[in-house]
Amino acid sequence: MLTKEQAGDVFDRIRRFSSAEEVEAIFTSSRFALTRFANNTIHQNVEEENSVVSIRTNFAGRTARSTANQFDDESLRRAITASESLARVQAADPDLLPMPASDEAKAAGEGARATRFFDETAAITPAERAEVVRDMVSVAGKYKLTAAGIYSNADACEGIFNSRGLAKWHEQTLAEVSITMLGDDSSGWQKLNSPDVTKLDAAGLAETAAQKAIESARPREIAPGKYTVILEPSAALDIVGFMFWDYSGVAILDQRSFLNDRIGTQLFGENVNIWDDVAHPLQAGSPFDGEGMERQRVRLVENGVVKRVVYARATAEKMKKSEYAGKVGTIEATGHGFPLPNEAGEMPMNIVFGRPHKPESIEEMIASTERGVLVTRLWYIREVDPYEKIVTGMTRDGTFLVEKGKIQCGVRNFRFNQSLISMLSNVEAMGVPVRACGEESFDMVVPAMKVREFNFTEVTKF
Amino acid sequence: MKSIALLALDAASARGVTYADARVVAIRNRSLSTKNGRVGHASESESLGIGVRVIADGAWGFAAAADLSRTAVEAGAARAVEIARASARVKREDVRLAAEPAAVAEWTTPYKIDPFTTSVEQNIDLLLKVDAEMSGVAGVTLSETGMNFQREESWFLSSEGADIHQTKYSTGGGYTAYAFAGSEIQKRSYPNSFGGQWQNRGYEQIEEMKLVENARRVAEESVALHRAEQCPEGAYTIILDGSQLGLQIHESIGHPIELDRVLGMEANFAGTSFLTLEKLGHLRYGSEIVNVVADARQEHGPGLGTFAYDDEGVAAQSTPIITNGRFTGYLSSRETAHAIGATRSGGTLRAEGWNRLPMIRMTNISILPGEKPLSLEQLIAATDDGIYMETNKSWSIDDKRYNFQFGCEIAWEIRRGKRVRMLKNPSYSGITTEFWNSMDAICSREEWTLWGTPNCGKGQPQQVVGTGHGASPARFRNIRVGSAYRGS
Repeated sequence: MLTKEQAGDVFDRIRRFSSAEEVEAIFTSSRFALTRFANNTIHQNVEEENSVVSIRTNFAGRTARSTANQFDDESLRRAITASESLARVQAADPDLLPMPASDEAKAAGEGARATRFFDETAAITPAERAEVVRDMVSVAGKYKLTAAGIYSNADACEGIFNSRGLAKWHEQTLAEVSITMLGDDSSGWQKLNSPDVTKLDAAGLAETAAQKAIESARPREIAPGKYTVILEPSAALDIVGFMFWDYSGVAILDQRSFLNDRIGTQLFGENVNIWDDVAHPLQAGSPFDGEGMERQRVRLVENGVVKRVVYARATAEKMKKSEYAGKVGTIEATGHGFPLPNEAGEMPMNIVFGRPHKPESIEEMIASTERGVLVTRLWYIREVDPYEKIVTGMTRDGTFLVEKGKIQCGVRNFRFNQSLISMLSNVEAMGVPVRACGEESFDMVVPAMKVREFNFTEVTKF
Repeated sequence: MKSIALLALDAASARGVTYADARVVAIRNRSLSTKNGRVGHASESESLGIGVRVIADGAWGFAAAADLSRTAVEAGAARAVEIARASARVKREDVRLAAEPAAVAEWTTPYKIDPFTTSVEQNIDLLLKVDAEMSGVAGVTLSETGMNFQREESWFLSSEGADIHQTKYSTGGGYTAYAFAGSEIQKRSYPNSFGGQWQNRGYEQIEEMKLVENARRVAEESVALHRAEQCPEGAYTIILDGSQLGLQIHESIGHPIELDRVLGMEANFAGTSFLTLEKLGHLRYGSEIVNVVADARQEHGPGLGTFAYDDEGVAAQSTPIITNGRFTGYLSSRETAHAIGATRSGGTLRAEGWNRLPMIRMTNISILPGEKPLSLEQLIAATDDGIYMETNKSWSIDDKRYNFQFGCEIAWEIRRGKRVRMLKNPSYSGITTEFWNSMDAICSREEWTLWGTPNCGKGQPQQVVGTGHGASPARFRNIRVGSAYRGS
């Protein structure tokens, strides 16, 4: 893996080789290993080491990017030439800003965050991963189930340097477990990750997945319709994640956001509060954005009212001059920009839901439900309507009928077509927000949610 | 590059493996876009590295690295062996590979114009012309265009003696016009949504798509959708355009026939398949006129699934998947072929790049066109009452590939053989085999296009590769329409 000093040396060469007015280099470097198992056997087992430099050059309002993963002089010169050639032929963009200097990119409190690099995570060997997999597979054996899943670990760094003196570096580790337990006609799933491997209990996740597979065996088919649902945190994360692309200044300016004409209105229930906060102790990721700006803590939703969106530097300047300036709340660069040039602008990707006044456990939510459906996991979610924010998808790997305060049985999986606006207006109860991960959206700090009138439109064959 | 791959094989062999292969891959990519009359992004990238795959103690190991120095390559091969021996700690049986002749070959995608020889000015000029056509239509609130080229050169060598050098080009492009008004966002795309149309060809692909010529019409349709009626809900006869049928094939035929899914190897992420092994040769997958092949050969066309050899050195093949409606074939690999009693792999193993393990991927999964001449307009004229849908807008299917729902960008109601009115927000849903058994007409070769899906995701870590899907418009009876908007 690259060190900051090595990256700095590469950047010095890039500066020497480039004739651009400004130059920026984003480095990513990682060692990633993943052990994959299915049918109670390790069937894929991989490791990768790679380092990449992505070079952006600026010429009087023109910018472009070129990326390489070889750092010899010839490769760097070729990448710089490509970036400069792509930039020079463009018309000048009046909205393009000079690269940020280190002072502009700094935020109050910078450097005070806890480490996200854990030696125990980085040091995991293939043999150690195999032993953890063996433990998970042994849980499957105990219950006569079949296990499939992954156990991975990574150590990675990312850094950004520019010719105005900005130099930022972030190192992080991540370990992840996900497991599916399969019975004859049922399945159960769990997934969790953390920078600190000691926070993961792989065998415990395997046990929970196994119990879900056992308890959902012989699923009943019940009619689709509107049900009270209890979404476990991973399910809640995967569905609500589809709205955060719209919490972006560029999305408002492009008129492709469901928040157009809705910022400042009571869009969701009063119990919904959402921040973007990279520094939250349960969050992970880099503290700076694609231009090196420090990511700010931003309150997106307050008591169900969408208060504001996030901004890259140029987007904030453009918004201030736009017809929307008086309608979108606070406008300032928040440190959420993607590497330039890009069309999407920015996005909040460290979502943290607010803790409810009276958090309820999933067991308490079940106990207070006369008739409803407990959902472990959602799958293949896609947007149906961009302004009403209707999304479709399926339940998967542990869907249960709840009646009279108890789980009664497993049920065949449903297709849903659900407006996220309606869903977040119908949240009856929430749990304590936890770090969760799914497969459809990025990791979040999110609670389990009990939602009334969730719209199941069809049922499948299993 | 060949010497680097040999170095890796020697290092692995010295550690007692029973099989090893090495792929050195160099990828170059150019990506350009515009938005609202300005360049959106302009970027190039290069990636070079080696992936080493071994079997030791009867189990797989794979290690990949960008560092191609002798020390690093030997260390990487040793790491792959260490990983394989760790895999062997949790195994039920040894990996078995179907026999395959060791090929020695050179192959390059046939192309007329190397896209990287075209100037960036030329590329951007074209995109800006398209953008201007769309932006000039009153009511269009966002116009986006894009163009991408990729060149992938690979050197595959195996401990069995394979030595294959392939260079693949892929080229794609397209655009979308958005119209926001009132409480609706509508959009229209051309030639396809989500990245446009892609094929394994040179820049001639861009030149032949008539991008400028169609831009104004497409933009006008995005605005006209605001005045259109909502697509009704109920059971209808539907006609799907070729691009939407291509995605329908991808999701409800291409994925369920992947033998690794069938065998449970993807259960934790992509899912499994309803196509369990006993259905091979027996299941009535579709009506008599449904004929589908998995064809990676150049003679099938320049699809994103076209190659000479797959990423474990197996020659491109054509496999009948559905024959006169009956299910007749899976996508297989050297490791999985024995599960269906085959003595040879179907040649479908592909990796996203040097840093990923090859896995079973769709090649070109294509429905064969109807034999009798039938144009789209003739098919519409022969339909009393129905809905014609065009261009995908949303797609979703369960993890065994039974229940699906698709949304399209635009539709037209058909009455007495004529398109009578435009409909907005069309969607349809169903169960895979019921749907394909309801197909009662398909247009002929003149309407057949080999569509490209550049963004198919699968595996952990996830890999994104391109797949091809030949299709012509087809008609389906008694299909559920409109439930995407029911009650939401």
